[in-house]
Amino acid sequence: MSKQEISARKAGNKLKLPRAVGKGRQVDPKALAEVQALLGEESRQKDLLIEHLHKIQDAYKHISAAHLVALAREMKLSKAEVYEVATFYHHFDIVKEGETPPPALTVRVCESLTCEMKGAHDLISSLEDGMGDGVRVQKVPCVGRCDKAPIAVVGMNPIEHADVAKVEAAVESKSISPEIIEPIEFDTYLKKGGYETYQLCVNGTYNVDKVLDAMDDSGLRGLGGAGFPAGRKWRIVRGMPEPKLMAVNIDEGEPGTFKDKYYLERDPHCFLEGTLIAAWAVGINDIYIYLRDEYAAIRDSLEQEIAKLKANPPVQRLPEIHLRRGAGAYICGEESAMIESIEGKRGMPRLRPPFVAEVGLFGRPTLEHNMESLYWVRDILEKGPACLTDHGRNGRVGLRSFSVSGRVNKPGVHLADAGITMKELIDEYCGGMQDGHEFYGYFPGGASGGMLPASMGNIPLDFDTLNEYGCFIGSAAVVVFSNQDSARKLAVNAMKFFEEESCGQCTPCRVGTAKAVTLMEKEDWDEDLLEELSDVMIDSSICGLGQAAPNPVRSVMKYFAEELGKGELK
Amino acid sequence: MAINPEEIAAPINFTLNGEKVVAQEGETLLDVAKQNDIDIPQLCYSDRQGAAGNCRACVVEIDGERVLAPSCCRQPSEGMNVQSNSERAVKSQKMVVELLKSDVSDKPHTLNSELDYWAGKLDIGLPRFDARHQAEADNSHPAIAVNMDACIQCTRCVRACRDEQNNDVIGLALRGTHTQIVFDLDDPMGESTCVACGECVEACPTGALMPANDVGMVEPDRKVDSGCPFCGVGCQMTYNVKDDKIISVEGRDGPSNKGRLCVKGRYGFDYVHHPHRLTKPLIRRDDAPKSAEFSMDPNDVDKIFREATWEEALDLAAGGFNKIRDEQGPNALAGFGSAKGSNEEAYLFQKLVRTGFKTNNVDHCTRLCHASSVVALLECLGSGAVSNPVSDVEKAEVIVIIGSNPTVNHPVGATWMKNAMRRGTKLILMDPRTTELSRQATHHVAFKPGSDVPMLNAIMHTIIEEDLIDPAFIAERTEGFEAMKDHLKSYTPEMMEPICGVPADTLKQVARLYATSQGSMILWGMGVSQHVHGTDNARCLISLALMTGQIGRPGTGLHPLRGQNNVQGASDMGLIPMVFPDYQPVDDEKAHAYFEELWGCELDNNPGLTVVEIMRAIHKGDLTGLYVQGENPAMSDPDANHARESMSELEHMVVQDIFLTETAYLADVVLPASAYSEKTATFTNTDRLVQIGRQAVPPPGDARQDLWIIQEMARRLGLDWNYKNSQEVFEEVRKAVPTMAGMTWQRLENEGSIVYPCLKEGDPGDDVIFTEHFERDNGLGRFVPADIVPPAERPDAEYPFVLITGRMLEHWHTGSMTRRSNVLDALEPEAVATINPISLDEMGVAPGEMITLSTRRGEISMIARADESVPTGAVFMAFCYYEAAVNKLSNAALDPSAKIPEFKYCAVKVTPGGEAMQFHSYGGGQSDNKLM
Repeated sequence: MSKQEISARKAGNKLKLPRAVGKGRQVDPKALAEVQALLGEESRQKDLLIEHLHKIQDAYKHISAAHLVALAREMKLSKAEVYEVATFYHHFDIVKEGETPPPALTVRVCESLTCEMKGAHDLISSLEDGMGDGVRVQKVPCVGRCDKAPIAVVGMNPIEHADVAKVEAAVESKSISPEIIEPIEFDTYLKKGGYETYQLCVNGTYNVDKVLDAMDDSGLRGLGGAGFPAGRKWRIVRGMPEPKLMAVNIDEGEPGTFKDKYYLERDPHCFLEGTLIAAWAVGINDIYIYLRDEYAAIRDSLEQEIAKLKANPPVQRLPEIHLRRGAGAYICGEESAMIESIEGKRGMPRLRPPFVAEVGLFGRPTLEHNMESLYWVRDILEKGPACLTDHGRNGRVGLRSFSVSGRVNKPGVHLADAGITMKELIDEYCGGMQDGHEFYGYFPGGASGGMLPASMGNIPLDFDTLNEYGCFIGSAAVVVFSNQDSARKLAVNAMKFFEEESCGQCTPCRVGTAKAVTLMEKEDWDEDLLEELSDVMIDSSICGLGQAAPNPVRSVMKYFAEELGKGELK
Repeated sequence: MAINPEEIAAPINFTLNGEKVVAQEGETLLDVAKQNDIDIPQLCYSDRQGAAGNCRACVVEIDGERVLAPSCCRQPSEGMNVQSNSERAVKSQKMVVELLKSDVSDKPHTLNSELDYWAGKLDIGLPRFDARHQAEADNSHPAIAVNMDACIQCTRCVRACRDEQNNDVIGLALRGTHTQIVFDLDDPMGESTCVACGECVEACPTGALMPANDVGMVEPDRKVDSGCPFCGVGCQMTYNVKDDKIISVEGRDGPSNKGRLCVKGRYGFDYVHHPHRLTKPLIRRDDAPKSAEFSMDPNDVDKIFREATWEEALDLAAGGFNKIRDEQGPNALAGFGSAKGSNEEAYLFQKLVRTGFKTNNVDHCTRLCHASSVVALLECLGSGAVSNPVSDVEKAEVIVIIGSNPTVNHPVGATWMKNAMRRGTKLILMDPRTTELSRQATHHVAFKPGSDVPMLNAIMHTIIEEDLIDPAFIAERTEGFEAMKDHLKSYTPEMMEPICGVPADTLKQVARLYATSQGSMILWGMGVSQHVHGTDNARCLISLALMTGQIGRPGTGLHPLRGQNNVQGASDMGLIPMVFPDYQPVDDEKAHAYFEELWGCELDNNPGLTVVEIMRAIHKGDLTGLYVQGENPAMSDPDANHARESMSELEHMVVQDIFLTETAYLADVVLPASAYSEKTATFTNTDRLVQIGRQAVPPPGDARQDLWIIQEMARRLGLDWNYKNSQEVFEEVRKAVPTMAGMTWQRLENEGSIVYPCLKEGDPGDDVIFTEHFERDNGLGRFVPADIVPPAERPDAEYPFVLITGRMLEHWHTGSMTRRSNVLDALEPEAVATINPISLDEMGVAPGEMITLSTRRGEISMIARADESVPTGAVFMAFCYYEAAVNKLSNAALDPSAKIPEFKYCAVKVTPGGEAMQFHSYGGGQSDNKLM
């Protein structure tokens, strides 16, 4: 036996004491009681994690570590599962021990494309200097009000054409509630013949095949950006085994897009009726509506209107409608990321195959639609497919809801012919360019759809027509910029947006967007390397975010080359 | 079994890099590429963690597809044309590796970085991108270094922790470039709920998670495929050896662990190199009288023992036994074998006692753990073995876990249960404590400690009452049901509710769930067996299975989870006083004759004494000589003060062990023996798997292999033994144990493990037994009714708490090994008792303060740990702490059938304060106190 002295008793040894409690963080009884009180009798099922996190964030204006641990216990989740979800979404403020909770009031200033063009960064600097300790000024991505840029959201109150004075006034008067909207309410909608079409479907007057034919004939395509024919999607999911689910995407987050908001502010039941008809046609009993958190006024309105609908159902057995609240993540506009989010997880896109129609929400076949696609269903059935097919120009058919913002006189949602050109849209719908601004270029489809110069303003705008130019129309978010703007700077803005909003799952997107930003912020662009990186991001990213992220940078190299090689940014 | 040819999917023909290749259904492109020796870079994919498709290093080009596809996730379709080596595919593969390379630091943390491997293979030079901001190293955990500067966010660690081990500690937090691997709430690993299974370390491809202290940068001299020395799960592992020291351990793909390990297996290997190892035979000094009242001082051994040569020590050791046997008769002698030793050692040890001592007084610690389970199983089913392996939980619809905390005591076995539950298998957890598994349980039935029988009877009552029985099974395969039915009539759930503290409705729901599932599997541990009604508890569980026909098929049956790594084997080998090897009763004429012939000598036909009975016999003066091989009754026996007193009264005691245990302190002669990793031998796990363990390092100093020591002792006891090695002993075992007769050493060498029954050479062995009949003479299962027997010592005004003893994750059994492991000692350095925070609060004790536990038998002080898992009114303590040996407090009341003591229940008083412990940690594990 060794004679070596056993060190436990050696003088000067610092021996660690055993833990006084079980492993890891323990549940704090006070925090547990608070969480239990907030959750009340509501289900603790796992997919409600994000909903429950919202409750804590709303009540305490942040989420403490103790609350996270308590919530984990209450929902029988692990601490890591709760933490990884809570930190994925920008709208949850996680505060650990020793950290200072954010001030009770947050002013969120949009820094995406249009708002930046309209001076968001000056506004942010002024607000950061001037707002004092009681207010947090936060830079956020697009809040879906680009036609009124720049936007600052005080609490939940969006300040349009924001300036320091307006924001200060709102802060001082504590005007922090969502804006007032006046949609067509349930009773009014019913009086105008609302839900009659749905009743005709359910009572057998319309048969499913006819309805599917009408959908096909209308040429309606997915208006979230992918453009998949709606009728065909219904047929595919209809053929899938029970139970099938429906997921409606209102996570409208593409910078420049605000059409879904536009329609929901006006006629939510038209959308709900279309949704119910789709559910009927496909054979679905559970509908999940995923609404972006930024649309607080619409959330209130939808909650109320859905409650009225449930209280007075137009048919005997209404499918279950679940309204779910996003939490600040652009990526959740991607269909499979949204499904993950509805399941209460991090919004990380799934690999395909399998496709959502086969294996979607909770592993079931799922009909997923953008809000607007469903909004048109009632018109198609009531007025006939011609209500869409009668429109279109330049060889294209249908109508598109263009969200136009930027340097035009009349920004806003313009319902126009599919195939309309940028120049036609500016002249016919947008009242021309603003004074002192000369048409220089445009984003045809938000930050991800690439950029085109004014010289290419005569191309028909529709699905598929821009592919050959390395662009797409997507959700038809058109951002018009002028000779006062720098395409290069806007491309950097777009790439930074993608870097921030990348879910972080795959290498080409997580690392690629970050490296691209670094390269693009350098005086001289390494165009070969950027081109090589872009190729790989497009080829090898899991989802559309990474695949589309290089579009603006490539557009600059292709169409705005004169801005490169000059050294400084404009 | 014939497979219907229509069920076999047609193979898929497609083209890969211009060659015609074939895929079977379910295979990915990457699988097919590997089969055809086509290299495709891969980082987030691994065979163990599967595919995530996130790194994108393995993308390939598929004709007609817009973008590239990850070959790890993609399955081919007929006629597909795939290229992994096209310019486009390779461009992406290289860029992905370059992007990741640009983000990891230059400092290597492993010799086997998969990222570096692929970077070299793809000829990637200096990355052209700026590096990211690097995270600080986290060295808060004694076993695992966290170097996130090497992390590539591939999530293999997350999947290892979550999907594989189901420990749910590692998560992927934040997003985008900020995405990071976190423990719990981004806590330092050492302060998280991490149980240090090390699965993440094995999964990590870049060295971001590595064994602490840069072990990953050392190239081992050799790798030895062997097994784990701790629990009965029987994990296979590989020892990495450098300069005859084990430097690390890796999981190996064994049938019971599939590469998984727990903290003890993965980090508890270094006890074999502890300076406390016995390296010379020791003889007690004449001036050192034996006393039960000793305190261990490992630094002052010289006061008690002197070193001796092997010749002198062996002569003295054997001579003492010869003298007693000849003067006082064989029954004045006894031997304790060990469930830690090999089958061969156990076999020779019992043979030595039976043929050299000429008595059946041979027992081992199974008496203290599953004796009651074995008695009940033999009585009701005719065999003490498990009916199905643990991994069969994957095939079950319902799992019942009762009196067992597998995440702590059978951690790798628990992972199969957790995997099953993740896939939807329902768990009925019956335990007074809210153990880790309760989070996943469909029902956590927290019954009052000791009320097993009324609870189980009420469940059986409901099954009969609601006609959920399996009449055909009862009729064809059992006997005694009618009597059982009558017996259960009065045990209504409503009547039992106040007794067991479980709502009648819950009892009924559980009964329905268990009885009506396609397959229900019951697993139990010492919470069932270690009671004065332990045999009754097991009888109830057996009856439950018999009346519902939930036994005899895959995915349904009975599994008493074995504790020690070779407790199954030690029992099979006959380290039991009433039976010869293979459970042949010593008083059975046929068996007796068989073994007299096999061993060529006369044998005693009277059953011997059990562990606790031996202690009592010593105290009475009937038994005066004891040979202890690798057991530590001074720590593990109930009412340990009494056990120590008894042993101190012995005329002659020989202890053969690797450390100077508390038992060895009372010995006359101490023989330095070998540890698991120092010998080649077989061990039988809880699944009836006989597995081979191989020698990785030599025994230290003059320590010898146990097989050699036992034989030297045997020769001096007049036996002419000449076994050269374990293999030669094993050949004799095959003759003694018919269920192992078909196993050859060569096959064990080749396959690593064989399950029994394996009756003749070439038998594959049966995972699932009792499929056609039970092992009783008439082939029928027997119902044995059980009545309520209260615990022997119930709480009262003076001793108001219930004391439950057991084990903890980091420390094994009496702690002699694990407390001398650097990592395990650092994780749990000294004695703690766990109490519900409410109870602590009521006493005015803050967590971490000293408390004193006292029972009618003794008093010890230790640190109080607040833990909600313990019910109020109870105290839980592990028996691994020599400085606060809880078995000094436990009750030696015995189950009448199995003679197992009631470790799980006695009355205890808890008072604040207490004298601080003089000794505690052996000191090895604390970072600034490293011994090796």
